[in-house]
Amino acid sequence: MTAAPSGNASLDDLPLDPHLPAGRLATAWERTLLDLPRISPANKRGLRVLVVGSGLAGASAAATLAEQGYAVDVVTYHDSPRRAHSVAAQGGINAAKNYAGDGDSIERLFRDTVKGGDFRAREAGCHRLAEISGRLIDHCVAQGVPFAREYGGTLANRSFGGALVSRTFYARGQTGQQLLYGAVQALLRQVEAGRVRLFCRRDMLDLITVDGVARGVVCRHQLSGALECHTAHAVLLASGGYSNVYFLSTNAVKSNATALWCAHRRGAWFANPCFTQVHPTCIPSGGAYQSKLTLMSESLRNDGRVWLPLRPGDDRPPAEIPEAERDYFLERQYPTYGNLVPRDVASRRARERCLAGQGVGPGDGGSGGAQGVYLDLAEAIARDGRAAIEARYGNLLQMYARITGEDPFARPLRIAPAPHYTMGGLWVDYHLMSTIPGLFVLGEANFSEHGANRLGASALMQGLADGYVIAPATVTAWLAGQPQPEVGPEHPACRAALADVRARIDHLTAIGGSSSVDGLHRELGLLMLDVCGISRQAAGLRRGLEEVAQLTRRFHDDLCLPAVDTPIQGELEKALRLEDFLGLADLMLRDALAREESCGAHFREEHQSETGEALRDDVHFAHIAAWKHRQGSVPQRHIEPLSFSTVVPQARDYR
Amino acid sequence: MSRTLCLTLRIWRQAGPDAPGGFESHRLEGVSADLSLLEALDQLNEQLIAAGQRPVGFDHDCREGICGSCGFLVNGQAHGPRAATTVCQLYLRHVADGATLVLEPWRARAFPVLQDLSVDRSGFDRILAAGGYCSVNTGSAPEANTILIGREQAASAFDTATCIGCGACVASCRNASASLFVAAKLAHLGQLPQGQPERGQRARALQQRMAEEGFGSCSNTLECEAVCPQQISADWISWMHREARPQAG
Repeated sequence: MTAAPSGNASLDDLPLDPHLPAGRLATAWERTLLDLPRISPANKRGLRVLVVGSGLAGASAAATLAEQGYAVDVVTYHDSPRRAHSVAAQGGINAAKNYAGDGDSIERLFRDTVKGGDFRAREAGCHRLAEISGRLIDHCVAQGVPFAREYGGTLANRSFGGALVSRTFYARGQTGQQLLYGAVQALLRQVEAGRVRLFCRRDMLDLITVDGVARGVVCRHQLSGALECHTAHAVLLASGGYSNVYFLSTNAVKSNATALWCAHRRGAWFANPCFTQVHPTCIPSGGAYQSKLTLMSESLRNDGRVWLPLRPGDDRPPAEIPEAERDYFLERQYPTYGNLVPRDVASRRARERCLAGQGVGPGDGGSGGAQGVYLDLAEAIARDGRAAIEARYGNLLQMYARITGEDPFARPLRIAPAPHYTMGGLWVDYHLMSTIPGLFVLGEANFSEHGANRLGASALMQGLADGYVIAPATVTAWLAGQPQPEVGPEHPACRAALADVRARIDHLTAIGGSSSVDGLHRELGLLMLDVCGISRQAAGLRRGLEEVAQLTRRFHDDLCLPAVDTPIQGELEKALRLEDFLGLADLMLRDALAREESCGAHFREEHQSETGEALRDDVHFAHIAAWKHRQGSVPQRHIEPLSFSTVVPQARDYR
Repeated sequence: MSRTLCLTLRIWRQAGPDAPGGFESHRLEGVSADLSLLEALDQLNEQLIAAGQRPVGFDHDCREGICGSCGFLVNGQAHGPRAATTVCQLYLRHVADGATLVLEPWRARAFPVLQDLSVDRSGFDRILAAGGYCSVNTGSAPEANTILIGREQAASAFDTATCIGCGACVASCRNASASLFVAAKLAHLGQLPQGQPERGQRARALQQRMAEEGFGSCSNTLECEAVCPQQISADWISWMHREARPQAG
């Protein structure tokens, strides 16, 4: 039995304890559940849980906790919970149902996840995720999520990168949208029942702790400009990832790391911040005012063949390049997995070819040469017919045509890598609790099960597992074990946090410089993509640290916010987010510098084999790095060692 | 090199919900035709900020047409002239050089203007809260494949479930009706076996809440279908009217 950490213990000098269950992995979660303390339904009504974020993890957790009887508050910066960026997930959600009859099992999904993450995630967490996966599909179907079906009426599956079985459930190219609507509808049902209060258009700007325990948040209301304290008996952060540190990413424009960063500044350690995933199949970037990069689902790699002209600089139209002069580089380099290698491998190999001058399409406006590769559906169209491909990927291909002005049925898609997902996040134990007692972190916001690289269709699985299943059990256990005194908005801790936020806003609005928020953010993004993107090396990372420090100084000395007399201040919202991205960028660089190995999405050029494969160092780096914030000093790196009892670490080999 | 163009944007400016509003013209020179209209607005806003003026407020987020945040009238048309396209996916390559675009917020009593092109669409969530779901608690679901759903039926339910809640249907209706929004949700759940137990009750509750929120009745002009970025068919409104009628009073 593992106990949740005591509310009063100072973690500073203790080794990081993940509270992992002992004994056999296969039964660990069931045994944990049996032993977790419970609360009677009548007593739950008097307990308030605050959820920050309304995406898959936040909405599912809030709905489930409310169904169980808790009083739940949900804070989101969107105008409606339905807008959360989970809505944009395209491809699907994995589950070990073995409906395809191809030998899938909980054990296989578990092993694929550990291997896919390049042995930088906890076995116990990955196993639990695989166990829970099947029940998530059951629940979503019961909610009315319209998954794709076979003619006989059973659920359909497709395959995804990093797996040799077909275990991905999908709703055309809008799986995230449909799963989110299922969760949001469950949430709205609880709003109607009076068990959830929804606070939209609020930016969380600070975490309130009382005696070291998380007890609430400070928000700014985007419409009135008012600063508000929201207090509760437990706080759940489900605020998503931080790919927008790169400015241009596949994330929504407003996706941000502010909730994470203020929790970090208040004592939540940040794990593996340098593990950021660059997705191989995105629409290449264009002009200087481009506001985002758009993902083309990885599922296209099922039917598309990735290639480039063999000869660098060959600018003939793709149709005029004969078969013999095409380089199907993924199929050539990885005969077993071919075009379905994991994302990190595909992105890195594409970048390599582009650096060698084989890239196609216009440059990226920032770092020079052509960044695109072809993803060719011609063979699949000839094999299955245009109608079948349209049915499978219809909305994706329309989107491609809209954005690029090119017809994907007439010529191969041009794709390029783009920052997409962050495996790093706030450190949590097996119970999803951070180093701040009472603060739970769910979904992409935590660092958990994806290790150094997330496999396709695993994010939705993890977000829903955290929200529907894990957090409701572990939050209950925390509340049962730690009776909390009432804390209202007049509590000194609330007033102090409120004053801190007010001072921070006053500082920003008083700078009166000439650099726009977007301009500074764009600079930060280009820098981070260059030194801490697909490929990293020590000199670049050190230069990055210096340049981030310079950018941070410019931000504080020369920021320009328009003088407006309305309470709605979009530029202020953006500036607050950018300030936190700057802090996080510094931490990412330190983490990337300290991790002297190549693993998953973290590729250090100093650590590669003669054939350019990543060289992992299990002797020195088989651990999770967790960073502690120190005010006025450099952050401190702690480690949580990883041990593997079931899946023996091996070089990931997708050849 | 991509084509560039000059644009005049006539934009509705209104500082707050209770402030007076009016049009303001801005000229953009040398804008890349590869930008979206929202990116052109970003560019305008950078200019306004540099000049010490208040930037144009508009809702947006994912910028790939799926979150439903964006939406305003372009030359009187919700989301602009392109079919099946949210305004964030409206690219300037479809706009003639020298064109004038008039940008206005959704006009509907149930969607009060917050600032400039941004409106309050929280009424949609209150409609869904009245019953736009299957009442199933986490943990109580049967094994997924015990519910068989034919492929065509699942696809049809999916088509109606794709509504992104942007509000274009309301903005384009002369009665500011949310009928297409409501019908889409009723059809999504009403076509599936999971949605049957609450089907009649749901149809009544959602239509009643729609009226309470200040949306009008269907105007039968079908403009909602024409502007819907997800191309949801207005036939579902007729279907909805054959479902249980709202209770009197």
